[in-house]
Amino acid sequence: MTDLTDLGVAAIREGVAKGEFTAVEVAGAFNAAVAAAQPALNAFITLTPEKALEAAAAVDADRAGGKALGKMAGVPIGMKDLFATTGTTTTAASNILGNFVPPYESTVSQKLWDAGAGMLGKLNLDQFAMGSSNETSAFGNVISPWRREGSDAQLAPGGSSGGSSAAVSARIAPAATGTDTGGSIRQPAAFTGISGIKPTYGRCSRWGIVAFASSLDQAGPMARDVRDCAIMLEAMAGFDPKDSTSLDMPVPEWEANLNADLRGKKVGIPREYRMDGMDADVARVWDEGIAWLKDAGAEIVDINLAHTKYALPAYYIIAPAEASSNLARYDGVRYGLRDLPQGAGLQDMYAATRAAGFGAEVKRRIMIGTYVLSAGFYDAYYTQAQKVRTLISRDFMDAFQTVDVILAPTAPTAAFGLGEMVSDPLAMYLNDVFAVPASLAGLPAMSVPAGLDRQGLPLGLQLIGRPFDEQGVLDAGLAIESRAGFTARPAKWW
Amino acid sequence: MSDYRIQGATGEWEVVIGLEVHAQISTQAKLFSGAATAFGAEPNTQVSLVDAAMPGMLPVPNMECIRQAVRTGLAINAQINKWSRFDRKNYFYADLPQGYQISQLYHPIVGEGAIEVQLDDKNPESTKTIGIERIHVEQDAGKLMHDQHPTMSYVDLNRSGVALMEIVSRPDMRSPAEAGAYLSKLRTILRYVGSCDGNMDQGSMRADVNVSVRKPGEPFGTRTETKNVNSVRFVMAVVEQEAKRQVAVLEDGGKIVQETRLYDPDRNETRSMRSKEDAHDYRYFPDPDLLPVELDDAFLEECRASLPELPDAKRHRYESVLGLSAYNAGVLTAEVETSRWFEALLAESAAKQGKPESEVAKQAANWLTSELFGALNKLGKGLAESPVSPEAGGELLALVGKGTISGSAAKQVLEKMLETGDAPGVIVEREGLTQTSDTGAIEAAVDAVLAANADKVEQYKGGKEALFGFFVGQTMKAMQGKGNPGLVNEVLKAKLG
Repeated sequence: MTDLTDLGVAAIREGVAKGEFTAVEVAGAFNAAVAAAQPALNAFITLTPEKALEAAAAVDADRAGGKALGKMAGVPIGMKDLFATTGTTTTAASNILGNFVPPYESTVSQKLWDAGAGMLGKLNLDQFAMGSSNETSAFGNVISPWRREGSDAQLAPGGSSGGSSAAVSARIAPAATGTDTGGSIRQPAAFTGISGIKPTYGRCSRWGIVAFASSLDQAGPMARDVRDCAIMLEAMAGFDPKDSTSLDMPVPEWEANLNADLRGKKVGIPREYRMDGMDADVARVWDEGIAWLKDAGAEIVDINLAHTKYALPAYYIIAPAEASSNLARYDGVRYGLRDLPQGAGLQDMYAATRAAGFGAEVKRRIMIGTYVLSAGFYDAYYTQAQKVRTLISRDFMDAFQTVDVILAPTAPTAAFGLGEMVSDPLAMYLNDVFAVPASLAGLPAMSVPAGLDRQGLPLGLQLIGRPFDEQGVLDAGLAIESRAGFTARPAKWW
Repeated sequence: MSDYRIQGATGEWEVVIGLEVHAQISTQAKLFSGAATAFGAEPNTQVSLVDAAMPGMLPVPNMECIRQAVRTGLAINAQINKWSRFDRKNYFYADLPQGYQISQLYHPIVGEGAIEVQLDDKNPESTKTIGIERIHVEQDAGKLMHDQHPTMSYVDLNRSGVALMEIVSRPDMRSPAEAGAYLSKLRTILRYVGSCDGNMDQGSMRADVNVSVRKPGEPFGTRTETKNVNSVRFVMAVVEQEAKRQVAVLEDGGKIVQETRLYDPDRNETRSMRSKEDAHDYRYFPDPDLLPVELDDAFLEECRASLPELPDAKRHRYESVLGLSAYNAGVLTAEVETSRWFEALLAESAAKQGKPESEVAKQAANWLTSELFGALNKLGKGLAESPVSPEAGGELLALVGKGTISGSAAKQVLEKMLETGDAPGVIVEREGLTQTSDTGAIEAAVDAVLAANADKVEQYKGGKEALFGFFVGQTMKAMQGKGNPGLVNEVLKAKLG
């Protein structure tokens, strides 16, 4: 019998449905793998093996009773610890929510449980999803299962969904949820050689997801391949009347419609993403991607996304502005951490609680956001950034007049070493440079693994589609996947 | 123009007033959550996850609140903005769970409008138009309770997220009376529309009073804002006290500081709360959790069609169609409940008499404003607690109108109605108050009165015509008040030739 932890979403679902193995056996295998890897990788904040087994037993009972099985039946997954889960601590990787146990379940996680998935545990992340390396977690950073050839230096799994990317690439979870505000699904997927898709803004409900930047936050799946992403995204997506920004549209059958034949399709290659001093391996993989898509029948078209260089500065105004307001609720009054020094008044309690509860990066972004919204600076920063955001969207809409999907690198480099960037936040922010434009425009975008760099680390390619055209993104992703022949996985050292 | 002036040592000062009225929208559910809004519930029993700002909770607009704001805007002839947007007003306080209030700074739902106020009840010409700059919709905060624990304050979030309309006037008022008239009229309109119950004592309506003073003809002075004033009387007192205080400061060579003040009704004075220097930087920005509010023509039309007849139109109709005096029309339309009562009374009376309403309206208006209001006043009751229903009142008026009972008998019947709650017909029957229109009986009574007062008949015929009333009185007395007064007059006139 094959090792069950080698199986992805589709294979597990099929094996359980056919009775080749039980969902409980699958959950047991992954629970064991999680427990074994946890001390080394620190991918999880909370382990919930009993939840995985409970859901699996329910699926097995349904199958025995001849009931129809859901899209994710028998698949145990990791849940990013930004999704509220009833009765299970939900921390956002922050001390301020370190003891927070929600009495409610996020819409997306509920949909996954309804589809037959089970929860292995709550995955580690950058604190409040702010970070690109997982080093801002209050519960210790995740360590990537990947290592450079001939080195045992610890590498970043990417961020903010670094627990998700580490768990999936280490084969301790077949799939995991992520959230993407400015690349937090795509960049960690690229760093760890897995697939991940951020759907169109509004496709997945934000209800019950701890907010970072409301106009950008979007949940999505991270899995081993494109098909698994399609399956899981179908389970996660859908209109939610509890989220005013939710898309009131039916969820397409992405999995059933997957089609890697791109004849008649045009793929845009944005000039502005080809930057001076670009990493040679990244440039090479991008060229290979172009060749693969051509091979799949697509016509390649050069396009302009003229305002790309303003995307990162605009993002680092808008996201912190929204965050500074979204995080005001963590005040020690109703839940979470309260630090009440002897004889303190209300203002002292706020100051002490927030000083103790938030990490340095979160504080930095709250301060940036507060500054850009303050009287006298609002127009120069926030209003200007919103204008840039509109121009960036317009660039994309103009390009989509001609092309069906855009191909670009996901990140400017392969995974960097832990500790290499922490002292230079600007360098860290630059890691999001290719991911942020699609976020600002609310477009569906995914990363698929495309090759290895000279040090043996994975590199990802990014596909960006029209609004609501996740199908086009998945199809192009599948065309690359089937030609890249990416089978590399981290050697098990943990 | 108001001639209200404050006499200072350096001459006359004029007061300039603008009001920001917070009116709680009358809906079952809060602005962005499904939680209930009933007044007086146990603390923290009407709080949803959204109201408590739990992590990951999102606001969803309650369209009924939007609808009520639009109806209110239409009622003051205001511009309705078909595109509006919610902004966040950021500040920290323990009664504000989100750390921001969702409001509308940049794009309010209702723009410019106006209401007309009447400054003197008795004088329909004494009107003034007060401009309204905007109405926006926003969330209320919770409430702190400082008396529950020796060192801690408690928070009640029942009000957190309740929908408010902030109705911002232009600085168009120039006296305490104008401010009072504006607030009263606004409350009347809100109650007619049904968008706010106007209960100031329960906090469903409260005013921030902006006051400045200037020498007549000069530019506006620096204003102060006195927060959360919760009665018409207090608003007038704030204007008076604050204007006097400002004049005293200025005449002492001081300057008015732009600041927020509080009113202390016990000492009838305003006190400084915080100055502009400590003012918050609210960091307003568009709420990214919410889409803009976009209204279509069908929605606006539905709002317009749902509006009742408004107080000004109603008062005008009472005068022109029903023929009521300006005073009565004003009194009967000042509260929507009064006009409803009156219209039910009028409908019943007209139906019972088989006459058009316009023919019996004056009688109904006079009876309601003098007889019933007077009687209820003595009982210390309002119209809402009246033991007499509009239907019973209408029946009573019809009995008078048809000549079944006399006007004086009607007063007795009303007293009995108030005492017993019995129907007027039953009382008339039981007390034998039906008036006599039998000309034979009346003639007999008149003959007896004239025979017994032959001397007075002589004087009458000699020119002392004032004695006619005496003969009527004697006749009615002889008939124990049951003689039809019209017939008694007729017969007397004929007999006295």
